[in-house]
Amino acid sequence: MIADLLRASTSFVDSEPVATVLDAVAAVLILLAAFLTLAAAVGLIRFPDALARLHAATKPQILGVILVVIAIALSVRSWVVLLLLIPVIVFQLLTAPISAHMVGRAGYRAGDYDPDTLAVDELAPDVAAAGTSDLPGGGFDDESGTAQRQQGGS
Amino acid sequence: MTDNSVAVVSEPSRRASFLEQLPLLVALVVLWMLLWGSLTPLTIVTGIVVALGVTRAFYLPPVELSGRFNPFWFAVFLGRFLGELAIASFQVALQAFAAAPVPRSAILRVDLRTRSDFIMTGVSLAVSLVPGSLVIELDRTNARLYVHQLNARTPDEIEKARAHVLSLEHDLLRAWGSRDEWQAVRS
Amino acid sequence: MIDVVLYLAGGMLAVAGLLLLYRVVVGPSLVDRVIASDVLLTTLIIVVGAEMAINGHTRTIPLMVVLAVIGILGSVSVARFVQRAPSSSASGGEGEL
Repeated sequence: MIADLLRASTSFVDSEPVATVLDAVAAVLILLAAFLTLAAAVGLIRFPDALARLHAATKPQILGVILVVIAIALSVRSWVVLLLLIPVIVFQLLTAPISAHMVGRAGYRAGDYDPDTLAVDELAPDVAAAGTSDLPGGGFDDESGTAQRQQGGS
Repeated sequence: MTDNSVAVVSEPSRRASFLEQLPLLVALVVLWMLLWGSLTPLTIVTGIVVALGVTRAFYLPPVELSGRFNPFWFAVFLGRFLGELAIASFQVALQAFAAAPVPRSAILRVDLRTRSDFIMTGVSLAVSLVPGSLVIELDRTNARLYVHQLNARTPDEIEKARAHVLSLEHDLLRAWGSRDEWQAVRS
Repeated sequence: MIDVVLYLAGGMLAVAGLLLLYRVVVGPSLVDRVIASDVLLTTLIIVVGAEMAINGHTRTIPLMVVLAVIGILGSVSVARFVQRAPSSSASGGEGEL
């Protein structure tokens, strides 16, 4: 079904100079995406603790994927391909922060960071005040979240 | 199903009405058609069937939309977000190659002014997507985010990071917040 | 010119993959490994996409979509596991926080 559409799809303007320019732009975008991925890998190696590494990880996940998707659309020159690739971007935009949040939260709780690199930690006192590992109403822990919410509401 | 009532703070034990679920259903059908890459009666019908099945089988608490949406300001928000995404991506990328890549970071608490889960989710997504900042913990009852911010050493920089999160909230409220919340933030 | 792009991008992505593999193997912590494997998966998405753009075909789009969809599963499940582990083994762990 996809193949049928691709065959039937209207292509962009396909004159010779335009094609060259579009190909060149696509090439630059691919190189940028590859550079971002490499930078993320280097950051993952060189940054000091898990939380800092998490920041390095988010770049290719969002901007890199967006750049590559645009590059594909430019090189194939078809709107339908762009539509087919939109779910890729949407899924990345929705899932990358969630997994980063969950991993970061787990990393913080497991003590997987270097306190010396933190200038300020405004979370620690609040965690201590809450007395448990769970903040009031916070996070994904349904049971404790429910209990806390009911306390807060009444 | 009683557990689900927790999610709606204002009106407990209420199932989402069909109207409330409509945006979700439409989004699911559109996603289904994008995945198939075609707009035919068959994909529309199967999309509606699948969307209804999914929303019945994996029932989620209703998302309360604010009932106000300004496309222009949303486009402004989106443009600003994409710009920041690009700039911050390359900043963090260059930092990875820098001579001494030991970023000093901070975990800061940001008290949002909104009470809407929807806006809070949007702000958290935007904050987490832009490299250099990341929501590591959030407190839904008090609409409070705990943001891990890369490269925040001095009190100045920390306040700047805090103000940045709040300005994202401001922009999102301008586009999508309920009338009351936008009026409250507007000043 | 397309060859230059192929070698440059391919080289950078290959080096990135190796560095990420190193981080997955060495760790030190489970969280580090999860982050690295997550980025490795994204690298795979970018490799598949870049190959399509360079060779000008669209046959592997479904692969990209599937990778983007399932990418979250691994890290989320491990994150759940990590966050349960310290609190169940010893409550003394909370003292550090």
